[in-house]
Amino acid sequence: MAEPALELRDLNKAYGALTVTDHVSLALPDGEFHAIIGPNGAGKTTLIHQISGLVPSDSGSVRLAGHDVTDLSLPERVHRGLVRSFQITSILPGFSALENVALAVQARQGSSFRFFGRAREETRLNDPAMQALEEVGLGKRAGVRAGLLSHGEKRQLEIAIALAAQPRVLLLDEPLAGTGPEESAVLIALMQRLRGRMTILLIEHDMEAVFALAERVSVLVYGRIIASGPPAAVRDDPEVRTAYLGEEGG
Amino acid sequence: MSMTLLYVQTLNGLQLGVLLFLIAAGLTLVFGVMDFINLAHGVQYMIGAYLAAMFTALTGNFFYGLALALPSALAFGLLLEFLIFRHLYDRDHLDQVLATFGIILFLNQAVKVIWGAAPLSVPIPEALSGSIRLMDGLLYPVYRLAIIGSGLAIAVLLGILVSRTRIGMLVRAGASNAPMVSALGVDIGKLFMVVFGFGAMLAGFAGAMVAPILSVEPGMGDNLLILTFVVIVIGGIGSVRGAFIAAILVGLVDTLGRVFGPQVLRALMDPSAASQAGRALAPMLTYILMAAILFFRPGGLFPAKK
Amino acid sequence: MTMPPENGPGFLKREAVPVLLFALLALVPFVAALGAESYLLSLVTRVMIFAIAALSLDLILGYGALVSFGHAAFLGLGGYAVGILSAHGQTDALVQLPVALAVSALFALITGALSLRTKGVYFIMITLAFGQMAFFLAVSLAAYGGDDGMTLPGRSKLFGMDLIKNDRAFYYAVLLALLGAYGLCRSIVVSRFGRVIRGARENPQRMAAIGFPLFRYQLVGYVIAGTLCGLAGFLLANQAEFVSPAYMTWQRSGELIVMVVLGGLGTLHGAIIGAAAFLLLEEWLSGFTEHWKMIFGPFLVLVVLFARGGLMGAIRRIGGGGGHG
Repeated sequence: MAEPALELRDLNKAYGALTVTDHVSLALPDGEFHAIIGPNGAGKTTLIHQISGLVPSDSGSVRLAGHDVTDLSLPERVHRGLVRSFQITSILPGFSALENVALAVQARQGSSFRFFGRAREETRLNDPAMQALEEVGLGKRAGVRAGLLSHGEKRQLEIAIALAAQPRVLLLDEPLAGTGPEESAVLIALMQRLRGRMTILLIEHDMEAVFALAERVSVLVYGRIIASGPPAAVRDDPEVRTAYLGEEGG
Repeated sequence: MSMTLLYVQTLNGLQLGVLLFLIAAGLTLVFGVMDFINLAHGVQYMIGAYLAAMFTALTGNFFYGLALALPSALAFGLLLEFLIFRHLYDRDHLDQVLATFGIILFLNQAVKVIWGAAPLSVPIPEALSGSIRLMDGLLYPVYRLAIIGSGLAIAVLLGILVSRTRIGMLVRAGASNAPMVSALGVDIGKLFMVVFGFGAMLAGFAGAMVAPILSVEPGMGDNLLILTFVVIVIGGIGSVRGAFIAAILVGLVDTLGRVFGPQVLRALMDPSAASQAGRALAPMLTYILMAAILFFRPGGLFPAKK
Repeated sequence: MTMPPENGPGFLKREAVPVLLFALLALVPFVAALGAESYLLSLVTRVMIFAIAALSLDLILGYGALVSFGHAAFLGLGGYAVGILSAHGQTDALVQLPVALAVSALFALITGALSLRTKGVYFIMITLAFGQMAFFLAVSLAAYGGDDGMTLPGRSKLFGMDLIKNDRAFYYAVLLALLGAYGLCRSIVVSRFGRVIRGARENPQRMAAIGFPLFRYQLVGYVIAGTLCGLAGFLLANQAEFVSPAYMTWQRSGELIVMVVLGGLGTLHGAIIGAAAFLLLEEWLSGFTEHWKMIFGPFLVLVVLFARGGLMGAIRRIGGGGGHG
């Protein structure tokens, strides 16, 4: 049987007496669209920080296609195909949208110790970047300074940057946070198109979106996964209803 | 090397360490709580020395001078905070560096204009003059012992203040997580002012205490300031305990290194090369120590921030 | 601090300032020939040498947001390379210059590798401490003048000839060096490498998340800046025909930062303007009073509090050009 694209084995993290990630284990088969939901403060973002390598884990391991990447840094994991987006939009505001993405292409091509030549004019960087921008629907906004994009567009750009890194596993940290209904629709359609092309782990608040997109859903409460399965099963799980949906839906 | 020399130099190192601690204690909290880099902390030390010199000359008594210098140093620190520093807290580090650098330029020159460029000297108070025999063949100036003693006393006091009182608790919480403290409804502006004024007064106290044994001159705080930075970096920003241990460590290494470094080297190589190398290496020892500690612990010995 | 966008207006408008600047510098010797030649030449030579140092600092401070407070150490290292080699009879620039650059690069590599492991206030204090370490090392070099410094036997030779002995020849040599340094920095900031450094200034976490291990890029940037400043040190020693620990006091490091900020961060030509503004202001103010720092200190505080973006930023704003972001 093939190794899972992404596997978490018994991940733990505590800040002092506060346990934020509590024995989390999860396996995503290649190409799965998996979503993690959970109430505020459930430790979703910390978990994504741990998977991506931004925050070290206290114990446990992260495995990418069977290789242990627990000791690798964030940039090293990116080079292995584990790429993340950020919940709070984290773009380079002074760079154009195209340059934001071109930098990701540059990182992937692995040749940044070049001190001559205008990077901005390199078609080797700009063409794949443009492609990623068009894929998320920002082709017409390529020349605009990223700081001047609308909130929804910034979220699209965030995904374009991640795509330019050619992820095998894509971690999306609340891509819909703070977006209006129209912007959400654009982003959901975008994620719909990405489905199946790579393994995706989505962390999201928006229930409707999660149940529409994900093949499997895990519920995180106080750092623990209390349920995991197909959307319909998770939705009907009594423990989930009391711990989470009741609270949110109330 | 004789044992007496070792004892004397150890005491000298301790004295430097205590001095460094007095300056570093306030500064590490200012860095830790406010994330504010204050280059002008060294001039607080200088101002303390000048104020002590002036008031001692006016009253004819060092203790009156000291008693007047302390509140004046505090008032001066608060004035600077009110006029300039509080407008810099939310600025980036570069702005803070530039503005406090400007303050140093101004004050170093201003004391020259007010008190003259020539060093001032302050007589050692009668009651603390002379030397005391600590053991056979070991005489040590009483005044220097007084500096060590008062510095250690303040360290203990400060330790209690920081670990036992409400304001100390707020300061510690602020050093590890400033936004959380303001979320608790504490007036952060007031807390900053208290920390700042207190730090300024401690540095002023250090300056006043050394006035009788060092020459009081413009720029006297500058070199000590950088040594203080080394102390803070080694101890971990925002940690009073770290500042104390690092201050003593730096004081001892700096003092003993200068005296015994060349002697140790002499055992390893020929004398003239040893004294050359020793003289060159000794002043670098503290910085090498800092580099080594940073290499293993980038956050210092006792990092306040997790 | 605000940063100008990379996409300026048209080419001519964007390049007008540096073109004008270098044209002016090239003409100075002709003006100087009309009177007060040696004074004017030596003043502007000094300005250009410090402009190289400020340029090199702008590369990491303005473009990389690395507040290095020990940059003057490289001035000293470059200077002492000339001084010490001269003292041993090695007076040719073909030997001195490579040594000056290599020593600066090595020092930058070691101290940078340690300093860049830290951030923020720590980085500032540690670079300051390493700068001070270099200073004390120079003070303790008794064989080379210690505290008092050392006088050089003369300017460096080139192929054994006294090519830069003449002040005017030296002036043009320095101008050439400045032009080269400026061109190099311009090339670097728009290159792939420069883009990584600039990206790190805006959002280090983002850069790490798209796969850049920033440490090694920042370290290389730090080494380039240090080496370039070593060149300035080499020139400074040659101009003064004297080196001393005063080259690398921490106040000097502070002054370099002031120059970069006065001219406007992250513009390169701003560093040249800032160096000129600082040194001419110093020259002018100290003409009035020996206590010129009492004027300059508060001026600096006011610039920080009220004129974000440096003098050029203030001029742009007053001129109605509108500040950025």
